[in-house]
Amino acid sequence: QVALLDIDICGPSIPKMMGLEGEQVHQSGSGWSPVYVEDNLGVMSVGFLLSSPDDAVIWRGPKKNGLIKQFLRDVDWGEIDYLVVDTPPGTSDEHLSVVQYLGAAHIDGAVIITTPQEVSLQDVRKEINFCHKVKLPIIGVVENMSGFICPKCKNESQIFPPTTGGAEKMCQDLNVTLLGKVPLDPQIGKSCDQGQSFFSEAPESPATLSYRSIIQRIQEYCDQHHLREDKTV
Amino acid sequence: ILPEGSNLAGVRHILLVLSGKGGVGKSTISTELALSLRHSGKKVGILDVDLCGPSIPRMFRVQDNDVHQCDSGWVPVFVDQDKSISLMSIGFLLEKPDDAVVWRGPKKNALIKQFVTDVAWGDLDFLIVDTPPGTSDEHISTVEALRPYKPLGAILVTTPQAVSVGDVRRELTFCKKTGLRVLGIVENMSGFVCPHCLASLSYDLLLLLFLLQECTNVFSKGGGEELAKHAGVPFLGCVPLDPQLSQSLEEGRDFIQEFPKSAAFPALAHIAQQILDGTSQRSS
Repeated sequence: QVALLDIDICGPSIPKMMGLEGEQVHQSGSGWSPVYVEDNLGVMSVGFLLSSPDDAVIWRGPKKNGLIKQFLRDVDWGEIDYLVVDTPPGTSDEHLSVVQYLGAAHIDGAVIITTPQEVSLQDVRKEINFCHKVKLPIIGVVENMSGFICPKCKNESQIFPPTTGGAEKMCQDLNVTLLGKVPLDPQIGKSCDQGQSFFSEAPESPATLSYRSIIQRIQEYCDQHHLREDKTV
Repeated sequence: ILPEGSNLAGVRHILLVLSGKGGVGKSTISTELALSLRHSGKKVGILDVDLCGPSIPRMFRVQDNDVHQCDSGWVPVFVDQDKSISLMSIGFLLEKPDDAVVWRGPKKNALIKQFVTDVAWGDLDFLIVDTPPGTSDEHISTVEALRPYKPLGAILVTTPQAVSVGDVRRELTFCKKTGLRVLGIVENMSGFVCPHCLASLSYDLLLLLFLLQECTNVFSKGGGEELAKHAGVPFLGCVPLDPQLSQSLEEGRDFIQEFPKSAAFPALAHIAQQILDGTSQRSS
């Protein structure tokens, strides 16, 4: 049973990627109902509260924090195995607030995404520092857009050359786990744009295999974590 | 009429580079636009107001530089002897490059106000303001602080993907609501020509291929141009994915100088030309 919470208040992409554009949130006696993709996958995003795709959320920090608190407190998720929280880039209000508000609930950890480029790694090192500062455990790093396989000739090329050693070197330097590398498959973008599951559309893609391996490692981390902790909410 | 001695009094044109979405290449476009304008003989400054992820200093290989104070405020960092490009970024104020700036909105707003009024730019033809993704504190504060100086407008960067275009629609609304003129939309990472497929082809054929869009649409197709049409704003052009450009940026090199034959070069030069044409129309 999975819950996906999108706290990118200014740029909520999750509804579109899940094929839920145009859906609205319903209120019940027990709070806001998430929007369900499947029986076991519920989603919440500010995207569901906007009436038009042109609507902009032009809010300063405090107002964004208020909505994040509501999302965590007032959404009737029910019993869930995994709460996945998608965040915007940065180390600011949204990140501080979600860590603070979830403090009592005990966060398993963070998965940090980068591309092979130094311009991305530069920011990810800061994100890793943020996690240390707020005592958020790091499950690991994923290197996305790592190599491109041409659909015509099937050769691999580097669109984003890892001039400073990519995520692999950064993880070695900072003693953080590299969960895996996901190659650029044009089908990924297409599936996301169409709100389809990439796994269903391209089950044989090297990217699918990468994703599955990464997800398995995350699940293993969480399982080990549970064995050691006595969870009380 | 600007207050006498205002640090922006010598700046002829101010333009903002915005996007709703992260990772679309705003800082790349800001950097390449600055280099293009310099090649046309202009003096350019870049103000980097991305406080959490300042990318500009490294793109010019000056990430280790310090910032000094003068009587009128901070002295911007010059990237070369000609002093034709100058920069200001929080990147220069960090003790260590990996230090995270973990600030809430109010503290970010205070620094942005200072960045807008307290940098001694001197005389510039263009001040390019590079922003983080979104429509929040940094954007609201920057536009408010710049309002008395009447910015030329904003360039919005997207990739062809619908999720990116979706966020840029919101950014367009931000511009409308804050009275910021939209100079146009740039579609970045727009197509990729596989170097293996290309190995046997000549340069002329490369250009032809690009024009025929015979390249893989790595991030889907054409959303930027459609959005521009739908929103009634100019479409400034498509910049293709070019590993040579990526490499240049990583190493802080002048892409415009080193790779004039790259597929990305004509697109970038064309964008800069449209900005220049726009400013000469404005004055006449």
